[in-house]
Amino acid sequence: MSIGATNARPFLEVKDLNVRFETDDGIVQAVTDSAFSVEAGKTLGIVGESGSGKSVTSLAVLGLHRTRSNAKVSGEIWLDDQELVGASDEQVRLLRGGKMAMIFQDPLSAMHPYFTVGSQIVEAYRVHHPGVNKKVARERAIDMLARVGIPQPERRFNDYAHQFSGGMRQRAMIAMALVNDPKLLIADEPTTALDVTVQAQILDLIRDLQEEFGSAVIMITHDLGVVAELADDVLVMYGGKVIEKGPALEVFRNPQHPYTWGLLGSMPRLDRDVRDRLNPVKGSPPSLINLPSGCAFHPRCPYAGRNGNRSFTDVPVLHGDVHKVACHLPQEARTEIFQQEVLPNL
Amino acid sequence: MSENLLEVSGLQKHFPITKGLLKRQVGAVRAVDGIDLEVRAGETLGLVGESGCGKSTTGRLFTRILEPTAGKIVFEGDDISHKSVSQLRPLRRDVQMIFQDPYSSLNPRHTVGSIIAAPLQIQEIPTPQGTKKAVQELLELVGLNPEHYNRYPHEFSGGQRQRIGIARALALRPKLIVADEPVSALDVSIQAQVVNLLDDLQREFDLTYVFIAHDLSVVRHISDRVAVMYLGKVVEIAERDELYRNPRHPYTVALMSAVPVPDPARRDRAQRDRVLLTGDVPSPINPPSGCRFRTRCWKAQDICATEEPPLITRLDDPQSHLTACHFPVVEDEVVEGRRPAATPA
Ligand SMILES: Nc1ncnc2c1ncn2[C@@H]1O[C@H](COP(=O)(O)OP(=O)(O)OP(=O)(O)O)[C@@H](O)[C@H]1O
Ligand SMILES: Nc1ncnc2c1ncn2[C@@H]1O[C@H](COP(=O)(O)OP(=O)(O)OP(=O)(O)O)[C@@H](O)[C@H]1O
Ligand code: SF4
Ligand code: SF4
Ligand SMILES: [Mg+2]
Ligand SMILES: [Mg+2]
Repeated sequence: MSIGATNARPFLEVKDLNVRFETDDGIVQAVTDSAFSVEAGKTLGIVGESGSGKSVTSLAVLGLHRTRSNAKVSGEIWLDDQELVGASDEQVRLLRGGKMAMIFQDPLSAMHPYFTVGSQIVEAYRVHHPGVNKKVARERAIDMLARVGIPQPERRFNDYAHQFSGGMRQRAMIAMALVNDPKLLIADEPTTALDVTVQAQILDLIRDLQEEFGSAVIMITHDLGVVAELADDVLVMYGGKVIEKGPALEVFRNPQHPYTWGLLGSMPRLDRDVRDRLNPVKGSPPSLINLPSGCAFHPRCPYAGRNGNRSFTDVPVLHGDVHKVACHLPQEARTEIFQQEVLPNL
Repeated sequence: MSENLLEVSGLQKHFPITKGLLKRQVGAVRAVDGIDLEVRAGETLGLVGESGCGKSTTGRLFTRILEPTAGKIVFEGDDISHKSVSQLRPLRRDVQMIFQDPYSSLNPRHTVGSIIAAPLQIQEIPTPQGTKKAVQELLELVGLNPEHYNRYPHEFSGGQRQRIGIARALALRPKLIVADEPVSALDVSIQAQVVNLLDDLQREFDLTYVFIAHDLSVVRHISDRVAVMYLGKVVEIAERDELYRNPRHPYTVALMSAVPVPDPARRDRAQRDRVLLTGDVPSPINPPSGCRFRTRCWKAQDICATEEPPLITRLDDPQSHLTACHFPVVEDEVVEGRRPAATPA
């Protein structure tokens, strides 16, 4: 154990992150005042509906907004004590694919159709290991293919992405992402396009590899089941803001935000009796160009105005110790509503 | 006992694979390869299975968008297997389809009003209240603003577009609606809204649904009976609660155990109980002999490669329902070393 202040900062720490896009229709405030951290070996799950800012958050961490001229990013992103928002393009490029890597929903977008799967993994390795010769890199690539469970890796090394099934492509992309032992792995809906049996294999793989390499993982998904299986901590996003965050067990067992209640109420689940009706959030997602005043969730919230009119005028701040929530309802009122009105219908 | 609205037997759809300029047939995709099934009046029959197992093809055969390669489709006692387009016209009133992709299934250049009115006009349905009024009533019915009659599809969100598709399907007051992944592309809260809407409409209009999806939780919520498909075949079919409580086919067991449990406290148990299948689904061009699941089944024995298991109820087995397996899983069966269940191919 080292004593002193040197290791006080979490492995990944994001503070005051804001991401906005200038578009013809106006300014899209995609991420507002986001903050979170992930320790090495831990998994953070990010959930929220389509357009809530999940992907933009992760792209900001990876510095991918730098290629988009209409993007404006502010705040601090600390990865292993290195600040990334203010870092040079070159510094960030060196980290990407090396210390931090990403897997996407659509592996075809990450893999080139005209190069073999193997040669792309070799290339990814050599970019970050310039001194290594081809033979060693090839062995490394084959080893990675084997590690992610691709049968006959020497032979499949020479295949093209389109010759792989969906699940195998996803495995190959994971092999490519992990070839440089990233310390941070961001997975953006990695199993959304896959069948459940394949999803189970891929989640298992990510879990095993994380255990082996001790990486920090950010798992972005709209599937609460996937988060519950993998995440240590959960971040719930709504309209570009973090509206609830805390340990997974806490957020699932004792959810605090009315939107989180709505998410859980929307979901039919195999581990419970069949309900007569689902209890979805009503209405549709807000526009990020023109967010509703006060609490952005108020037009859809059944409890807006229960405690005066602050929901309509004041933006609620994220508060709490370990388990945090951004809602004006006092803690006691929230607990009472959850116990009496929400929980019986979940 | 309710009567059957639709019955299919020995149903097959093979898509030819052709080669060269002369389009010589060199093989076939056996998308649907011998299905016997009935849809009972007033029920919701769920159809689940993984990508490519033939769910959509089955739905398109039920609605006679496709013509079967072999087998019979009987709707209300009438054999519709090989009816011509003009002969099928009355059927188009009774049977409608809703599609997965609310974006591509609506013509972007037509207003919502004309999209929903089209089936009424094609079928020359008299609308005493006037077409516009009829369409507005439909919009209201599916929870859309009737004022938005003149808007275009791109002005609506995904969930709203799916409602438009539902309104269009309802216009002719059909008896049977085949919904092919109607909520798969939607966010969970919008998905739940649409599921509730389908529920309400079924009650109000005595609709019969065939609900196609790969999400086992949604299918369980909405269905009265559920059929599980694998590689062009129905491998198991039962009443909803029976199937989910007591799955008998090894594939169904694996499928259900793979669904992530949205409860971190039960994570370890869920993972321990999981049957991890290895290998990929074989090609429907060359399905395995005997039982098609045998290449991934941990219970497979020699007979599974030589004899195709029929979809039957075993009389000697009180827990039985229609299952196509030589060695159905029994309740509380200990699956040896659940993870991993099968050895790599
Ligand atoms: N390059 C861009 N220019 C303008 N707006 C953008 C850009 N990239 C993202 N946005 C907007 O930012 C918002 C957040 O998008 P983001 O991709 O993070 O959503 P998400 O939560 O990942 O949703 P999904 O679940 O659909 O993937 C959206 O409104 C999106 O339209
Ligand atoms: N028009 C066609 N021509 C050739 N092959 C086809 C055609 N339509 C479907 N197939 C093939 O038939 C098989 C079954 O396809 P189908 O679309 O019915 O599957 P599905 O169960 O609906 O899958 P998904 O869950 O991906 O929608 C697949 O192998 C598919 O590629
Ligand atoms: S602040 Fe008000 S509107 Fe927002 S979630 Fe809480 S109760 Fe609902
Ligand atoms: S018939 Fe044999 S291979 Fe097929 S599911 Fe049953 S035990 Fe497995
Ligand atoms: Mg996204
Ligand atoms: Mg389909």
